[in-house]
Amino acid sequence: MKRAALLLAAIVALGTAVWAQGLLINGAGATFPYPIYSKWFDVYHQKNSSIQFNYQSVGSGAGIKQVTEGTVDFGASDGPMNDAQLKEFQAKRGCEILHFPTVLGAVVPTYNVQGVTASLNFTPEALAGIYLGKITKWNDPAIAGANKGVSLPAQDIVVIHRSDGSGTTYIWTDYLSKVSDEWKSKVNRNTSVNWPVGLGGKGNEGVTGLVKQTPNAIGYVELIYAVQNKIPYGTVKNAAGSFIKADLASVTAAAAGAAKEMPADFRVSITNAPGKTAYPISSFTWLLIPSKIQDAAKRDAIKGFLKWMLTEGQSYNEALSYAKLPKEVVDKELHAISKVQ
Amino acid sequence: MGSRSFLSRLREGDEIARLITLIFAAMVVLITLLLVYELWVNSTLARHKFGLSFFVTRVWDPVTDEYGALPFIYGTLVTSAVALFLAVPLGIGASIFLAELAPPRISDTLQFFIDLLAAVPSVIYGLLGIFIVVPLMRTVIYPALNKPLGFLPIFKGPSYGVGFLTAGIVLAIMVIPYIISVSREVLLSVPRDQREAALALGSTRWESTWKVVVPFAKTGIMGSIFLALARALGETMAVTMVIGNTPTISASLFSPGDSIASVIANQFTEATGDLYLQSLIGLGLVLFLLTFVINGLARLLIIVTTEKGSKVSN
Repeated sequence: MKRAALLLAAIVALGTAVWAQGLLINGAGATFPYPIYSKWFDVYHQKNSSIQFNYQSVGSGAGIKQVTEGTVDFGASDGPMNDAQLKEFQAKRGCEILHFPTVLGAVVPTYNVQGVTASLNFTPEALAGIYLGKITKWNDPAIAGANKGVSLPAQDIVVIHRSDGSGTTYIWTDYLSKVSDEWKSKVNRNTSVNWPVGLGGKGNEGVTGLVKQTPNAIGYVELIYAVQNKIPYGTVKNAAGSFIKADLASVTAAAAGAAKEMPADFRVSITNAPGKTAYPISSFTWLLIPSKIQDAAKRDAIKGFLKWMLTEGQSYNEALSYAKLPKEVVDKELHAISKVQ
Repeated sequence: MGSRSFLSRLREGDEIARLITLIFAAMVVLITLLLVYELWVNSTLARHKFGLSFFVTRVWDPVTDEYGALPFIYGTLVTSAVALFLAVPLGIGASIFLAELAPPRISDTLQFFIDLLAAVPSVIYGLLGIFIVVPLMRTVIYPALNKPLGFLPIFKGPSYGVGFLTAGIVLAIMVIPYIISVSREVLLSVPRDQREAALALGSTRWESTWKVVVPFAKTGIMGSIFLALARALGETMAVTMVIGNTPTISASLFSPGDSIASVIANQFTEATGDLYLQSLIGLGLVLFLLTFVINGLARLLIIVTTEKGSKVSN
């Protein structure tokens, strides 16, 4: 019995030694892009069997924290790091943190109004008013004006938001801050805010569940989630004045519209982007890479992956309902990879 | 025992056993102290910035970095109170039936089911809450309470299905098994001669149960109630799914609210910024303090009532 146990232990030790010979690169962060990152890392490993990426979707906040502490080699976040966080990274790690947009996401308004099966149109003023608690009934002129021909009930609007901190909330509040001065001064943008009105649901599932169950409710969810779960959602009026329904094309158009004024560090918000076909509540999600990586093997592996992700990797996006990066942004990023040293 | 030196005593098996079990017991105390220490140290920023006003501030704003615990303390206390209000009569009544009045086979079978209920994970109770209790609240319970009793502050206002009362109901379902299990055990352990003496003196079956057996088991029953309260105060997943997650203080039981465990579970992973994180840990410290105080009161209550009981019998 003892001999068998010793033999087993030896085999396990040898096995792990052999298995651990490849290069292992650890990352952590946003949950939103987890499916596509998972796919990419898997495909990349098949093409480069000695390189293994390990990604933990613990949330954008945790991702930023871990990459700042240095417990992981890279991070991922749905919201760009702010100036204070950049300074903290510089102080702790002695180099800069670089942002690389990977895919695009969007947030859509979903609702459950008695007697309404059509797709509702929402103006920015309507959405801001509803979430500020100023517009309280569905048949308010601000909503009815954009939906002629639809009979809206004179019922109270039940507002649903996220109870947990989330990149989705960041994108939604970022958009509202841009289109409403009152929202910006009262609430502003963050992954978690002090909501003036409404009930909170945990995760996209929580919000969807509450909206489905509560008559006359409105909520916001991630586009991919809405598409995959066949949830009805409305259109939103963009900066050019057209009512756009969110889909892969309109989200990519938003990024293309913003590409011209993209800052060099890619920390940009593309909500309310210019462009006739742009969907106004779109956003990048970023990989956070330190500008100096000591381990040469890790550095080359990460740079190689970034290059692959921006070229071949993007072809996997649409199958998982993620929008591709537009060509203008890809070109800028390929140049920026050289900043990683 | 004290006349020999420690080391020479150590050779006896008894002494070794005593030492080992003492170490285990000491470890439990050590872990508790370590827990409090960690909570204390990791909430320093929040304590220095807010001080005691943390307990009475109503605002929870991650954007302006202003944090206050009051809505969450209120939510935790209200949902636990509702849960106990519903669970204690039901639980004690059921345990009396199972211990005193039911045939042994039925009692054992039902106890099996109750043990099953106690083992169900809290997330399942949360789902039960969302899919069954919330629609029930909106369609049946709210109209039944609001129409006749809507003038009372606790039953005023609209209902969205989620809220304090819904969370209280789900919590009640979760803690009833604890009350029943422990109370039943305690009632069963009351010596037969107590019951027989009461019956011999001419009391009815119910009188002997209610006036003799239950008071005899009072300490144990109160212990089960405080066990249930401890679970209700700390319950996270089931509460967060049905409480509405808005930091509100409202007299109405139909209003949505939030509890300490629920907000920590929701916001901890995405909390960026040291003050935000440390305020959440500060909330954890507040919950620990709350549990400590309530358990302390429980102990006090038991001591007082036991003393009173022993004084009467003398």
